Amino acid sequence: MIDLAHLQFRWPGAAAPVLDIAALHIADGAAVFLHGPSGCGKSTLLALMAGVLVAGRGQVMLQGSDWAAMPAARRDALRADRIGLIFQQFNLLPYLSVLDNVLLPARFSRARAQRCEGGPVAAAQRLLGQVGLDAALWPRRADRLSVGQQQRVAAARAMLGAPPLVIADEPTSALDAARRDDFMALLLAQCRASGSTLVFVSHDERLAAAFDERISLPVLNRALHGAQDPVNEHAQQQAQQQAQKQAPNQEPGAA
Amino acid sequence: MNTLARIAAQSAWNRRGTLVWVLLSIALATALLLTLERLRTDIRASFSQAVSGTDLVVGARTGPVQLMLYAVFRVGGATNTISMDSLRAIEAHRAVAWVVPLALGDSHRGFPVLGTSTAYFERFRYGDQQALALSEGRAFSATLDGLYEAVLGAEVADRLGYRPGQRITLSHGMAAVGGELAAEHDDKPFTVIGVLARTGTPVDRTVHVSLQAIEAIHLDWVGGAPLPGVRIAAENARKFDLEPKRVTAALVGLKGRAAVFNVQRFVADYEAEPLLAVLPGVALDELWAVVGIGEKALLAVSGLVALVSLAGLVAVVLAGLNERRRELAVLRAVGAGPRQVLWLLAAEGAMVTLAGALLGAAVAAVGVLAAGPWVQARFGIGLVAGAPTAAQWALFGAVIAAGILAALAPGWRAYRLSLADGLSPRT
Repeated sequence: MIDLAHLQFRWPGAAAPVLDIAALHIADGAAVFLHGPSGCGKSTLLALMAGVLVAGRGQVMLQGSDWAAMPAARRDALRADRIGLIFQQFNLLPYLSVLDNVLLPARFSRARAQRCEGGPVAAAQRLLGQVGLDAALWPRRADRLSVGQQQRVAAARAMLGAPPLVIADEPTSALDAARRDDFMALLLAQCRASGSTLVFVSHDERLAAAFDERISLPVLNRALHGAQDPVNEHAQQQAQQQAQKQAPNQEPGAA
Repeated sequence: MNTLARIAAQSAWNRRGTLVWVLLSIALATALLLTLERLRTDIRASFSQAVSGTDLVVGARTGPVQLMLYAVFRVGGATNTISMDSLRAIEAHRAVAWVVPLALGDSHRGFPVLGTSTAYFERFRYGDQQALALSEGRAFSATLDGLYEAVLGAEVADRLGYRPGQRITLSHGMAAVGGELAAEHDDKPFTVIGVLARTGTPVDRTVHVSLQAIEAIHLDWVGGAPLPGVRIAAENARKFDLEPKRVTAALVGLKGRAAVFNVQRFVADYEAEPLLAVLPGVALDELWAVVGIGEKALLAVSGLVALVSLAGLVAVVLAGLNERRRELAVLRAVGAGPRQVLWLLAAEGAMVTLAGALLGAAVAAVGVLAAGPWVQARFGIGLVAGAPTAAQWALFGAVIAAGILAALAPGWRAYRLSLADGLSPRT
């Protein structure tokens, strides 16, 4: 599903890359748990996988297509067709109804609309039912719902039209424990049912048990190696200087 | 684009509280711009239509602008007079249809007094060849019985509250309103017998009497002062020869426009005394070039108003952009590209600008319609609540174009942000 090779990414104007990954393979239909502390580059990696950001060096392939090789408009179309995204919070357009929010991917992607059995509206209603949202809530404005309900709407939207890949970026961090477990079970069941690959990102390792595969980004991301606090560049420099003192013959940062 | 348009509309509706103010400020700017432009055009029209239907204005030799100033606008004094013999010679020219003599120099409470013939009321045209009309009473008669009759311009009557039957006295020279009293012709009072309908021209500020009346009140005067010891009673004045010898200027009408340069040359080459004949249209244009600075100031103010409100539009949209970063990220996540995000913002700007501009145009139209009579009465400017002028269309288009451009600036910033934010805006 996803193949990364020799990936390096730095934000414009930044001196050092935030991501440096030699290789990563995610199999079709897998449910992958990606974890690491805040600031280790999780969100950036997801943006690269979703083709929202493009790698400066190396390759990020989705089902065999290299994001960097595509023009921007093609990336937008491909993302709409193949990827369902769930964020930590604020997933919905507050001024649209619950149902219209779920229907958004079908509006931007013909492929997603065509994969909806019985049409996008029927599929959206079915999904909303499956995530446990009452029909009475469907015509409501999205911002009238509780946070937990909003996350379930976001899950339904990500699943609409059965995209091959679902990316979830800490979708449970705003939920309490009981709701979190419900949401996890729901998301995994939905992905299995539609055969979608799931990349689930969290700093909460208690959630990892239900997944096929666990990936630790701090281990994978070579840009962090040799630094305790990846966000703090000063600390990183100090760490590198420390490393140089201890091993003057070695190149700094080399693992 | 259908989906995007619907999202744009719903998103805008969601932020209607803010957008209404942007819309109102654009409407206000548009209304101001259009009204100022209307005012500018109509002031110019009122000005250039102060006299029409007159082919030549004749006076003593001076500058054309100065001749127009005193003969038509009653501003400033004539440097010299012209003799009635000269006028009779001009009248005898075969291309000339009529001559209306004008005698200026006296005033009533600051308003100029014009001595003229009864032909004035028939021949004088203003605006689009409109004739003078009486709103009350009648014109003065050419007989000796009607010697002390006066016809008032509309503004004179309004300001001083005169109706037909009112007795007035004339002052010698142009005394300012409420200023120190000039020598009064108080021995020969006049009776108001008519009031002219409003014209929006200097006629409104003029007191009209007959040429003979001007002669009569000056019978016992020499060089701007009463002759000491000589008193000719009003009634006795009728016994004197009241045919005027000299007047200030004259309006000349021709039988055909083609002869205008011929007659002009005839007047200029007239040997008995130095005369000048000007084409009113040409002279008015020259005069406008002098007094038209106010017009440029109006234009500058209009431009500034437009600039300020468009700057407001950019500021409001930019300020709202941070609130919208999350919204834009959601749209990107469900498949909208940066181009579509840009389109979304530009479309909103265009719609708000268009709605504001239309509202402003409506306000301007209603305003002109409602305030038109008042402006006409108060300032003598005939506001035309008609179809927009070419310049108004141009301004309207400029406001919309500038509004779309102004919306593109924040749109461009949103485009950059949506690229830099990735999936999670760092707000």
